[in-house]
Amino acid sequence: MDWLLYPDSPGMKLVVMVIGIGVFVLVMSLILFLVDRPKRIPSWVVAIGFVGPALLLIAYGLLRPGFETLYNSFFNRNITEFVGFDNYEQMLTVGAFQKVLLVTAAWVILAPLLSTLIGLVYAVLVDRARFERIAKTLIFIPMAISMVGASIIWGFVYEFRPDQPGVNQIGLLNQVLVWLGLPPQQFLIGEPWNTGFLIAVMIWIQTGFAMTVLAAAIKAIPDDIVEAARLDGLHGLGMFRYITVPSIRPALVVVLTTIAMTTLKAFDIVRTMTGGQFGTQVVANEFYTQAFRQNNQGLAAAFAVVLFILVIPIVAYNVRQMRRSEEIR
Amino acid sequence: MSTTPAVPASTPQTEDTAPTKPRKLSRLEKRAIATKGRLTSPWASLTAVILATLWTIPTIGLLVTSFRPEIDIRRSGWWTVIPGIFTGETEFTLDNYEQALYGSDNLAGVFINTFVITIPAVVIPITVALLAAYGFAWIEFPGRNLLFVAVFALQVVPIQVALVPLLTNYNQWGMAGSFWTVWLSHSIFALPLAVFLLHNFMKDIPRSLIEAARVDGAGHVKIFFRVLFPLLVPAIAAFGIFQFLWVWNDLLVGLTFAAPEYRPLTVAIAEMAGSRGGDWHILTAGAFIAMIVPLIVFLLLQRYFVRGMLAGAVKG
Repeated sequence: MDWLLYPDSPGMKLVVMVIGIGVFVLVMSLILFLVDRPKRIPSWVVAIGFVGPALLLIAYGLLRPGFETLYNSFFNRNITEFVGFDNYEQMLTVGAFQKVLLVTAAWVILAPLLSTLIGLVYAVLVDRARFERIAKTLIFIPMAISMVGASIIWGFVYEFRPDQPGVNQIGLLNQVLVWLGLPPQQFLIGEPWNTGFLIAVMIWIQTGFAMTVLAAAIKAIPDDIVEAARLDGLHGLGMFRYITVPSIRPALVVVLTTIAMTTLKAFDIVRTMTGGQFGTQVVANEFYTQAFRQNNQGLAAAFAVVLFILVIPIVAYNVRQMRRSEEIR
Repeated sequence: MSTTPAVPASTPQTEDTAPTKPRKLSRLEKRAIATKGRLTSPWASLTAVILATLWTIPTIGLLVTSFRPEIDIRRSGWWTVIPGIFTGETEFTLDNYEQALYGSDNLAGVFINTFVITIPAVVIPITVALLAAYGFAWIEFPGRNLLFVAVFALQVVPIQVALVPLLTNYNQWGMAGSFWTVWLSHSIFALPLAVFLLHNFMKDIPRSLIEAARVDGAGHVKIFFRVLFPLLVPAIAAFGIFQFLWVWNDLLVGLTFAAPEYRPLTVAIAEMAGSRGGDWHILTAGAFIAMIVPLIVFLLLQRYFVRGMLAGAVKG
């Protein structure tokens, strides 16, 4: 039965996949068959059949590990000795870790704000324009690309060749500098701007998301409001400032907070482009480094917990805004 | 697992009705509104064109480069192909793809891994979540609301929190690194969002429909398959595509749980970026191999994808 666990050829992998789906379908059918007796059985038994598998998986795979991680975060690197808040203290006092928190803050503030801003401007610009669909698709395509793929794409844009006669730049950005008569730069190495160039990749990905949600919200603004505002003499920027933005406020909050949370948890870009070197490390990648490279399980757990703690204010803000906009209605 | 509470419940409808509402205006009226409503027009168009260009050029650069001979890539930028076409100096080749797919990086095999990981990691959570969503929406049982809120709240838990304990478990079971653990992990991480989303769609189905079926003597299982399932196909498609793209593009789960011989494309490409940083001929081709399937899925099914995204915002 070893091949079932560890198949070694492409064909066997596909067979295992089919078996995996088959086993799953079988188990689910069995559960449904058991609860679907014609005889009167209490509804909570039926409910267990429907809701049980999901609850079981979530409890096993999210809830329990969550508590375990929280518990582990108070222990030393092999989880053998209780150390209290030492890991957290380390995070806040050791210079390198302080910096990680600082860089993460830059990500979580800049990426949502800029992608939302650009997405909003673009959504307004192309709204009801002639090539709206194509224009939107172009901005939206990065959403379909993995962050790893995006990192390769942008790594190539940032590629640096030494500034010598006879050496051509092959990265577009450096070539632009050369065309402007400026010396080429190592964009991913120079602090603190390298973090900015990494954040640009996230903005490139998330703007499409912001644009799509905001464009849908803009389309939902009733025409009579727009028409009335126009009769009152509002145009261009005035319309944008006093009608569009207030009308889509709830959507703006959703977009900002969603991108902030995605940004907070994403480690793909940093890991692929710089590996967290040159002062670009963020919490999500530091977690991975501590857990699987440094094997410091206590500290890694603490970083995971911090990741969770940092999400809470964002969610709280989101919920509060939602309540408020519901009250207005 | 991040998403946005509560708003998604209402967004799908606004998205659905929004485009149709203005369409009720006559075409002429629409044009009139459009021309009047534009911001200072030429500048607006120019800004839009500049942004669209900025957003597109990096991808085009990658695509063009992946078809250039290795030696050309090292010598000159991809933009030189444009004058090169006129002078006849531009050459295109499939060598990079051949080398990436069948060379030492063996991305062809990795491609199959990605496929084997993705399909069950989409099918399993959707099925489990559909059943759970039905249970939460249409079966009365004690503690229903409390449990649903709990599932909903777990969406915000970052999956990093769960990785190490799960991996320890898988090791104890002697299953670590296998596809089974990758499927299981992806399914677990997808569930809170999936249950929440599908529950919202399910709640929109008129109660009378379900009650009519119940009066006819149908049990829950029958109602689920005969009445609800057909109505939910668009919602399932929306979430399915969403989950497909998420799993296909995921790095963290693949990196943590898949053994090296079962690693997906994202992991392989990320490793190549580290180990062969300057080999842009392989990297560009590899990145494009990893991108092609999600791009096709996305371009063909954009409508559903946008719908799923508007309904659930983004998971991360």
